[in-house]
Amino acid sequence: MIDPRKNIIKERLESIKRIVAVSGGKGGIGKSIISTLTALILKDDGKNVGLLDMDFTSPSTHIILGQEKLPFPKEEKGIIPLNIDGLSYLSIVSYTQDNPTPLRGEDITNAILELFAITRWGNLDYLILDLPPGIGDVLLELLVLTRKIEFLLVTTPSSLSWQTFIKVVRLLKEQNIPIIGALLNMVNSSTYGFEEKIISSGVRYLGKLDFYRDLERYIGKPDEIMDTAMVKELKDILEDVL
Amino acid sequence: MHEWSLAEAVVETAIDFAKKKQLTKLTKIKIRVGELQQIEEDIFRYALSEILKLKGDFVKDTEIEIEEEEVVLKCRICGHVWTGKEIFNILGEDDKEAIHFLPEVAHTYTKCPSCGSTDFEIIKGRGLYIDSITGDKS
Repeated sequence: MIDPRKNIIKERLESIKRIVAVSGGKGGIGKSIISTLTALILKDDGKNVGLLDMDFTSPSTHIILGQEKLPFPKEEKGIIPLNIDGLSYLSIVSYTQDNPTPLRGEDITNAILELFAITRWGNLDYLILDLPPGIGDVLLELLVLTRKIEFLLVTTPSSLSWQTFIKVVRLLKEQNIPIIGALLNMVNSSTYGFEEKIISSGVRYLGKLDFYRDLERYIGKPDEIMDTAMVKELKDILEDVL
Repeated sequence: MHEWSLAEAVVETAIDFAKKKQLTKLTKIKIRVGELQQIEEDIFRYALSEILKLKGDFVKDTEIEIEEEEVVLKCRICGHVWTGKEIFNILGEDDKEAIHFLPEVAHTYTKCPSCGSTDFEIIKGRGLYIDSITGDKS
């Protein structure tokens, strides 16, 4: 018995130049906001960009983009991602709306397989993947389905997030998965030493983003958030690597 | 019609397999479709035949057999077992449409009819599989 969906994924991803997964292991470290802003920054730079929210049980990129509800994507020999703020965008929210979606391991791996097999992204310069916390089903299944992937890692200056971050780094290195580098997020004046820790882990240190106390007021306002100091900092950080 | 993209996956996989086995003609593909996929069989068959037409003599006259596997769910809380008819008869059109696109969202729209839990196991009836590929060798 063969699952034919696995066989078509390479073709589905063929017209995408770079697939960038944003990860870091721990929850609450800013992966979704960095994924979304990275996608918007690249789009503003004239690139064709896709954004896939892979946090199936707790999706949030649609909230950052100001979309409370999402319509079904169009069907055309597969599914065509939505166009949200100029991004080719896909989230499970199109199918679940604001209902709880309690998925276990096998459900998650099947959902990833189905989405990757039937989605027609078209020609993209970048597909940004917002990964959920943890070294769990999503991360592992992604590595099974494609090796055309590179990781942009995020951590915060906290020993709690560091412990998971370093495990993600080890996992990716053991499997020879390219790591673009690591961003230090939510930095404040009382934290220090993490830049050196990232460098000593053998991962390229990309830079730091300050802890923005007023970030919440920009959630759901993609136009306004692009004028913030946070986005300016992130643009500078990403300029050399994406 | 995302049946088309699934049909492409079936044809590409069958041709790859046949070439690896050095078949000179692909005579039959037997497919098993889980009921949870909510695939429209007519559209799926049409897509398969149209895609096969593009692949030349190798797949000329390839027979397609499609078997639907009934979906069976088992509640992880109370152990109750129920089937597709009980699921789909009570769902609205939008809910069915969502499951059609992404079968795993059944967990969003279906509850155990006995205890109301959404924590259930899909015992069978999801996914899409090629059961067998048959062909000629020279």
